[in-house]
Amino acid sequence: MPDTLPPDSVGLVTPQTAHFDTPLALAGGKTLSDYTLVYETYGTLNAERNNAVLICHALSGHHHAAGFHSMEDRKPGWWDAYIGPGKAIDTERFFVVSINNLGGCHGSTGPASINPETQRAWGPEFPVLTVADWVHSQARLADRLGIERFAAVVGGSLGGMQVLQWTMAYPERIANAVVIAATPRLSAQNIAFNEVARQAIRSDPDFHDGWYEEHGTVPKRGLKLARMIGHITYLSEHSMGAKFGRDLRTDQLNFGYDVEFQVESYLRHQGDTFSTSFDANTYLLMTKALDYFDPAALHGGDLATALAPAQCPFLVVSFTTDWRFAPPRSRELVDALMRADKTVSYASIDSPHGHDAFLLPHPRYEAVFGGFMRRAARDLQLEETP
Amino acid sequence: MRADLKLIHDWVPQGARVLDLGCGDGALLAALAHDKQVVGYGLEIDPDGITACIERGVSVIEHDIDDGLSNVEDDAYDLVIMTQALQALQRPDRTLDEMLRVGRECIIAFPNFAYWRHRLYLGFQGRMPVSKSLPHAWYDTPNIHLSTFRDFGQLCRDKGLTIVDQRVGNGDHEPHWSSRLWPNLCGETAIFRVTRASR
Repeated sequence: MPDTLPPDSVGLVTPQTAHFDTPLALAGGKTLSDYTLVYETYGTLNAERNNAVLICHALSGHHHAAGFHSMEDRKPGWWDAYIGPGKAIDTERFFVVSINNLGGCHGSTGPASINPETQRAWGPEFPVLTVADWVHSQARLADRLGIERFAAVVGGSLGGMQVLQWTMAYPERIANAVVIAATPRLSAQNIAFNEVARQAIRSDPDFHDGWYEEHGTVPKRGLKLARMIGHITYLSEHSMGAKFGRDLRTDQLNFGYDVEFQVESYLRHQGDTFSTSFDANTYLLMTKALDYFDPAALHGGDLATALAPAQCPFLVVSFTTDWRFAPPRSRELVDALMRADKTVSYASIDSPHGHDAFLLPHPRYEAVFGGFMRRAARDLQLEETP
Repeated sequence: MRADLKLIHDWVPQGARVLDLGCGDGALLAALAHDKQVVGYGLEIDPDGITACIERGVSVIEHDIDDGLSNVEDDAYDLVIMTQALQALQRPDRTLDEMLRVGRECIIAFPNFAYWRHRLYLGFQGRMPVSKSLPHAWYDTPNIHLSTFRDFGQLCRDKGLTIVDQRVGNGDHEPHWSSRLWPNLCGETAIFRVTRASR
């Protein structure tokens, strides 16, 4: 972090917590008797309370979407490119709420939290959550903040699924929906990648069936492998090739199994970093939520019928080299929205960066996203907030 | 609004469900939504056009018309509009079939290659015409299937389609006695309103 904050940054931000005593009935049949959500907010809630935008995070995301926690932070929040004064989600007009989902490992109640019934950490006994459960808990936070209706609910990847769920579960509480690099359901290949990641974690001897904390271990090797395979699917063949090619770390082949190619070094580094900062049980839970999401299945496989309750305008965005949730998956959603007579716009952004493109600055992505948000602000007659 | 769009605007019935192929910046759909409570979508591939549509609240889908309309169900729309795109398509005849599959009626506007200025250009200069309605040089033009007012009428008759209305205009689509008398010669642009043969 430089000595001064960039002018288009939301600046220094502090996470907040909200505790809920009302039991939350979960789709899997279990109930969470009480829970805590950690969240951040940027901008100012206006007097009409109609300028709030909810950010839904992806698999390994969290509540820290924009700004800096301290002047010592090297990097801003994960979506800083699109949240801030004058950015696509303009914090001079919108009040942004960004949550760490239940089951997460960044402060909200999750597998590492204490189970009130046993007085020990939930560990693997933490209930498996669904996208619908998350959205339910997010709606309760909205109640707490006095937000009856969001100006927009926005998310990429798994976050996009939560946006879809919002439009179906709480159509009267969402004025606009932005679904980026997402899919209305995982393909067999997507589920297969998730299963490989889960097996990597579960087969780590340090995993201890999920009770690693009680054993004083961390299934780092499993998490590292899970992240490495995940990371490959987030990048495109092109972007990996452009970044690393066949470059070697030293100038010759060593005819051994240590790191030789730069791409190996990069993946190991990504895996190592992740394995010390993310919780294994959370990773398992999040991938399950991804696998289970399939609103069409509840309506005989017809996505248009599933989307019938939705009322708001949609923006759907995909990226040309994304093979994790490829453009045809977004088109599937768009076609269903058109069949269901919903207001929808769709843009396929030409980017070399694969699935990760949704996090990165891109002029056309910014124009489309910003244009949709400006139109939303205009329709809601939002003024700049002081 | 562009003159051909003004004429089309008058033709569109109140509250129609419309698909606009090559909707540009969405000016027509926005006006139709405002004036006639029309609902529908535009298809476009130009990034600036798509952004403009999104900014003004027109539903736009990034989609290449040459990829077909297989994702749209039969009879999904009352009306399918296509302006200034016919001549740039790989197979205009197949697109016309598709348009009349997904919509009951079509409105199609395109530059009339038989316009007298084009004829003079080719006849006297011996070179491919360049004009206000055909501004590109032969080597970089997107217009790969140029046709005339008469050609398109013939295609409709060959397909057994019903021509509900057909007009030509100069660049501003103002009616003129000469273009009524000799439309294929005096019309710079052509507009057809077509329905499919009963099935």
